[in-house]
Amino acid sequence: MIKVLKPGLQTTVQDNGRAGYYETGMPPSGALDQYSYAVANMLAGNKKGAAVLEITYMGPELSFEQDTVIAVTGAAIPPKINGESVSSWETLEVKKGDILSFDFVKQGARSYLAVAGGIDVPSVMNSRSTYTLCGIGGYEGRALEGDDWLSVGDLKERNIKTGTRVKEQYIPDFPKNHEIRVITGLCNYRLTDESKQRFLNLEWTVTPEANRVGYRLKGERLEFVPREQPFGAGSNPSNVVDLGYPIGSIQIPDGVEPIALLNDAVTGGGYATVATIISTDLNKIAQAKTNEKIKFTSVTMEEAMQARKDMKQKLEEVERTLESN
Amino acid sequence: MVSKFTTRYSYGGDEFLFVELSEEMSLDVNFRAMAITKKLKEKNNPHIMDICPSNASYMVRYNPDELHADELIDELKQLEDSVKNLDDIVINSRLVDVPVLFEDPWTHEAVMRFRDRHQDPESTDLEYAARINGYDSKEDFIKAVTDSPFLVSMIGFVPGLPFCFQIVPKEEQLEVPKYVRPRTYTPERCFGFGGGFSVIYPVQGAGGYQMFGIAATPVFDKEQQLPDFQDSMVFPRQGDIFRYRSVSRDEYDAVREEVEAGTFEYLKQDFTFQPGDVLEDSHAFSQKVLRRLYND
Repeated sequence: MIKVLKPGLQTTVQDNGRAGYYETGMPPSGALDQYSYAVANMLAGNKKGAAVLEITYMGPELSFEQDTVIAVTGAAIPPKINGESVSSWETLEVKKGDILSFDFVKQGARSYLAVAGGIDVPSVMNSRSTYTLCGIGGYEGRALEGDDWLSVGDLKERNIKTGTRVKEQYIPDFPKNHEIRVITGLCNYRLTDESKQRFLNLEWTVTPEANRVGYRLKGERLEFVPREQPFGAGSNPSNVVDLGYPIGSIQIPDGVEPIALLNDAVTGGGYATVATIISTDLNKIAQAKTNEKIKFTSVTMEEAMQARKDMKQKLEEVERTLESN
Repeated sequence: MVSKFTTRYSYGGDEFLFVELSEEMSLDVNFRAMAITKKLKEKNNPHIMDICPSNASYMVRYNPDELHADELIDELKQLEDSVKNLDDIVINSRLVDVPVLFEDPWTHEAVMRFRDRHQDPESTDLEYAARINGYDSKEDFIKAVTDSPFLVSMIGFVPGLPFCFQIVPKEEQLEVPKYVRPRTYTPERCFGFGGGFSVIYPVQGAGGYQMFGIAATPVFDKEQQLPDFQDSMVFPRQGDIFRYRSVSRDEYDAVREEVEAGTFEYLKQDFTFQPGDVLEDSHAFSQKVLRRLYND
């Protein structure tokens, strides 16, 4: 068991998400940075899909009531065991009674803590991920609070030697300026040609409204092509007949402050969507903090597929190097 | 019926495909989306993770490592051709009585709180909607909302939220703008209207639709305690037909007590129909539906 002494800013149980329920309005949830999440599980010797803790900005303080192995990946929120700094992206040993805490965030926004065996909470619709908006999954459907007790599961697959570390080239860096690749389309025919260009040329700023549902961005007003609105859409030129929103899709209500949807997305609605962040770059935008800058780059499907292949290969290489340790 | 649609296929990143059958909402186009997604589901393609029918469009989430987007588009084009004629489509539906308390105190409080985000801060949402739809009084407007049932045309936004499109001829369709700026608060079970759609908000949260009242009954039950929620946390299904019935405060309170006690069950009837039944004469269809729901 693990006792939560302090919860941190927002610490939730997450895994690889909940597929197959989108049509009922249930978003997939799951770790926002799936790369860091997967590597955390590898370092802890867990099976794919085991649940971890997703830590946002400020880490929790946890007391371990058993000997085990853990790993912290993702954003640089430096971990400490009994007050002593320890490494991220490395297999760590904890003893019964040890206290894990975290230093202030240095880079990135979200860290992942994997514990050998995985965090054990009931599986809801084939996932342990927390969806706080409706109170589903995870630890009682909510972010952790002080005095919560976390159980450890049995999803450990292999022993990873303490001190095993991911090679530097497999550790992403978390810059303050983020280049996020998108595939344009969906309803971008609604934007004027000039605004389509501006959307890609502007440097957008992350506002404080940036959470697991989505990121709201500040820049300048974009213009929609004037038209007589189609029946059922609503009167604002940014309105369309309510439709499904892909994860990563970007909508621009009233032409101001685009919203990029993430894993706890609203699954549909009546705003024109203009582009979708490619799956590999959802990991990157998840690490952007308030006031940091985002620039969207348009890529083709072939480029998106290449990025996908590269990431898959990277994860396989990490797995191989850990196995050979 | 001959309809002209230029279907648009668009990549939603590398995992989603968005298909827009029409920019405009109609019962016809919704039936078309329903028919295509139903056929796609029947194919049980293991590389497709989510099939999300929506109002005048639909969306598919697939595994691009196994299935190329353009192959999927080719398949969807064929499916669309195969449902050109809606005559062989049968919709398994439920007729459902949904009691609504219009102008309830909780919604009214929320209406007043967000007047600064509204087109007409001097009116309530209901007064405003009645006026711009050409009704002399809000009572007449409520009558128009409650006289004919609605087709559940899409589920989404948050779990269980039904988008509902009224089964009346186009010239009788109601339409209202959404709030100028979305609200940060909407009461749970609020009965709202935006664009051409009515909705029930499943949980408390943000929202941009005009707020008219509150449903006595839930559309989402995460504990799955009520009999209608044994199979799913979410009650509405696309293709269901909801009749919003205006109720008194006394009836509202009585229904709430049953819900709280875990004994409430919707008044509902299983019902199958074909798109043609609705499209030929929507008034006659609506009357038939109401007779079936309350008299059979």
